[in-house]
Amino acid sequence: MPENISIRIDGEYVPAQDGQTILEVARAGNKYIPTLCWLAGISSVGACRLCIVEVSGVGRLLPACTTPVQDGMSVTTNSEKLTQYRRIAIEFLFSERNHRCAVCVSNNHCELQSMAQRLGVTSVRYPYAYPKLAVDLSHPRFVLDHNRCILCTRCVRVCTEVEGAHVWDVSSRGIRSMIVCDMNRPWAQSSSCTNCGKCVQVCPTGALAEKGFAVDEMVKQDRNVSRLTARRGGHS
Amino acid sequence: MKKVRLATVWLDGCSGCHMSLLDIDEAIVAIAKRVDVVYGPLVDAQEFPKAVDVTLIEGAVSSQDDLEKVHTIRRWSKLVVALGDCAVTGNVPAMRNSHPARKMLERIYVEGAQATKGVPVDGVPALLRQAVPVHEVIKVDLYIPGCPPTPAAIAYALGELVEGRMPELASKVKFG
Ligand code: SF4
Ligand code: SF4
Ligand code: SF4
Ligand code: FES
Repeated sequence: MPENISIRIDGEYVPAQDGQTILEVARAGNKYIPTLCWLAGISSVGACRLCIVEVSGVGRLLPACTTPVQDGMSVTTNSEKLTQYRRIAIEFLFSERNHRCAVCVSNNHCELQSMAQRLGVTSVRYPYAYPKLAVDLSHPRFVLDHNRCILCTRCVRVCTEVEGAHVWDVSSRGIRSMIVCDMNRPWAQSSSCTNCGKCVQVCPTGALAEKGFAVDEMVKQDRNVSRLTARRGGHS
Repeated sequence: MKKVRLATVWLDGCSGCHMSLLDIDEAIVAIAKRVDVVYGPLVDAQEFPKAVDVTLIEGAVSSQDDLEKVHTIRRWSKLVVALGDCAVTGNVPAMRNSHPARKMLERIYVEGAQATKGVPVDGVPALLRQAVPVHEVIKVDLYIPGCPPTPAAIAYALGELVEGRMPELASKVKFG
């Protein structure tokens, strides 16, 4: 049995267990921390930095989804400073790729778009990069549009950890990072893809979508994946 | 009460933001009483006037003409508002930005043309290398994103502006 400990979140004592992350404890205590790359049921990687929190005594901001709790820890989930940094994280995501919500399959059902709204982002202060990026239309049922990818790696993790196929990976580093299929080939030529569609359903943006949907129409079913893993007793 | 001198400008956009502005139902009556529309597609003025309280800009900055206009606007406006996604993010007009402007023009007016082939040059302003959001060129005081922004957001923002208050739009508006 993991040891019961106690931490403070926004001044309130909440029960926790050794080995849990700050995010798990906060969620169990109905405390909201914004997340984007995190998804119930798959591992946490700390890619998007939306879930940053302040921990007293620690000089830097820590991602709640990957930071384990410690007895006596005192966590702040919301402050001017945190909102400012979360907005910056969102604005970087917008400036790095080509997002045009008005003509996107995921318009009004997109986690990046709704997070921007929730955090009060009404413009992007950084110059847009306008990279020239490919759209992989080769798969008979699905599309991968790099223009809308935020490199959250949910697709990589769900395909590896839940479907067991490990089709996706991230190639290169930094601003050149790119989601790649198998050893960087068109999706239709993947020898490992089972066409299960899990990656599409968990993708928080319009980067992975089903064919045949117009603007506004792509509604994702990521809960089904989380439910499946819960039944298998995976990450919660 | 002194009326607010309001200008509206249509750059590289589809006029949808102006449509949304006209779509604010009865709110337009109250606002119309408080403003003088001194410039814009809805009035006759040829020159951008020298003293404007609020200027709403629809569209991205896409051509040489747009570029000159926004500098003039900034010079003579107390408050500049980016109205709609094209002005705020570049949106659809910026879809050309990953490709050279010349290539795009040739694709449309030469490769894609049926009868008269040739990129038009007479009487049309030269395109800039990229279509960019207004705030990448001049200082913007308020952003109203949306494609188009909802009439409710526009009505609220104008209602505040005519009272001399700065609208708080965070979380009331969204991209797209
Ligand atoms: S993926 Fe989301 S943020 Fe990007 S264009 Fe589509 S709706 Fe907008
Ligand atoms: S469809 Fe299934 S197997 Fe194929 S890449 Fe996506 S998650 Fe992996
Ligand atoms: S394709 Fe979608 S799920 Fe995969 S990394 Fe990009 S945004 Fe995330
Ligand atoms: S949700 Fe924690 S870093 Fe993305």
